[in-house]
Amino acid sequence: MRIDAILIHERDNVAVALRDIQENEEIVVGKENGSFQMRASGAIPFGHKFAIRYLEKDEKIIKYGEVIGRTTVAIPLGAHAHVHNIESLRGRGDIKDN
Amino acid sequence: MEFKGYRRDNGRVGTRNYVGVISTVVCANEVAEKISSQVLGTVPFLHQQGCCQTPLDINRVTNVLIGLGSNPNLVSVLLVSLGCESVELEAVVKGLSQTGKCVETVTIQEIGGSARAVAEGLLLAQEMARDASRLERTVCPAGDLILGLKCGSSDTTSGLFSNPALGIASDLLVKAGGTSILGETTEFIGAEHLLAARAKNKAVGEAIIELVRRMEDRAKAVGCDMRGGQPTGGNIKGGLTTIEEKSLGAIAKSGHSPIEAVYEYGVTPEQKGLVVMDSPGREPEILTGLAAAGCNLIVFATGRGAPQGFPFVPVIKITGNRVTWDKLRDHMDVNVSSIMDGTETLPSAGKRIFQEMMEVASGKLTKAEICGYTKAMDIYVVGPVI
Repeated sequence: MRIDAILIHERDNVAVALRDIQENEEIVVGKENGSFQMRASGAIPFGHKFAIRYLEKDEKIIKYGEVIGRTTVAIPLGAHAHVHNIESLRGRGDIKDN
Repeated sequence: MEFKGYRRDNGRVGTRNYVGVISTVVCANEVAEKISSQVLGTVPFLHQQGCCQTPLDINRVTNVLIGLGSNPNLVSVLLVSLGCESVELEAVVKGLSQTGKCVETVTIQEIGGSARAVAEGLLLAQEMARDASRLERTVCPAGDLILGLKCGSSDTTSGLFSNPALGIASDLLVKAGGTSILGETTEFIGAEHLLAARAKNKAVGEAIIELVRRMEDRAKAVGCDMRGGQPTGGNIKGGLTTIEEKSLGAIAKSGHSPIEAVYEYGVTPEQKGLVVMDSPGREPEILTGLAAAGCNLIVFATGRGAPQGFPFVPVIKITGNRVTWDKLRDHMDVNVSSIMDGTETLPSAGKRIFQEMMEVASGKLTKAEICGYTKAMDIYVVGPVI
């Protein structure tokens, strides 16, 4: 089956678009053993991430099975997840005691 | 697994056979460049360092210049000095004498200006180039390769396809008895625990964590969020959100081999196998660091399409992004977007990269060499210009 996006690791809470995905599109997300369907709640450019479940504010973002950052606001299911709603936890000279 | 290379007197093997015209200080670049541009078979090494820096950095620049001159892809070296710089020409000459290669010098202030320095340099370089042209390639085992690993202008396809494929090629070289060098310390941030877990012993693991702490502290000392600088604006457009995400994709290019040792910037590894070398991720500094560490071949995985090469070490470009492959045909050497299309497996793409490495090591030109995009060079320093 042709997949539109990929979930790299079973622990991940974001998937990666393998093509430009339109708002409200029904998409197939491939994973290690099979695939699942979901709806993109907004446009997702090729190579960008989206939430595969509702993510609360301050929740850790997991990709490759590892922590890659933290949400700065809640991210709805199927929404684009990027610099506008995720912050890095490293190299933060702007935060004291980080 | 073999390739045809230039076996040097000290046993090391070159994949290219150039006369290096190396400037010892930023102020001698003009003369070095003029000499090299007029003599076939020579390459210039130019940089912005060598004077008015802390002793720590002057020492580092001196050692890197010795490392570059010692690289087996250079058969002989012409050093071009201004005369008043902090880097001591004699120290560089002494360091290079241990390689057994012919080393000549031109000092602009001593000889009486740039016109005389260029004229003298041309005559020296012409003789050196003629001597170099008499050498022939012989069959060498793959284990004589010292591979530099690099990724740049990364996007999501880098971590998914081109870096993992390069990791397979790196593992194949390590299995064949070769050496593979992983740099770009900044791009370990957030993934250092995975690298430390692959260290051959506890001390090597701790050294990896310490390198990352040092690099991250340097970035944090500026007092701002490093995002935008790392990951870069281009990385972000390509879908990478944080340095942690970029790092997790970047370290995939080191495959799964154990990490044998950790070295400072530009230091030639004593061990075979996979090793780590401290360096930032920016192209001029890491390509120079890898060349100074003795790399005779570099493979560079890219997503959005990085064109940079180096004057005397061939840099093979691989991409897993089909759009980049189609748009930047004059810069990309190997296309692994077939993995995303599902028409090729990751191990098969890794083997193709390894095959390309053997061919380029034997003399096949890279796209960067063909189009002359070979000027990404500078020495990484840590202190201020004073």
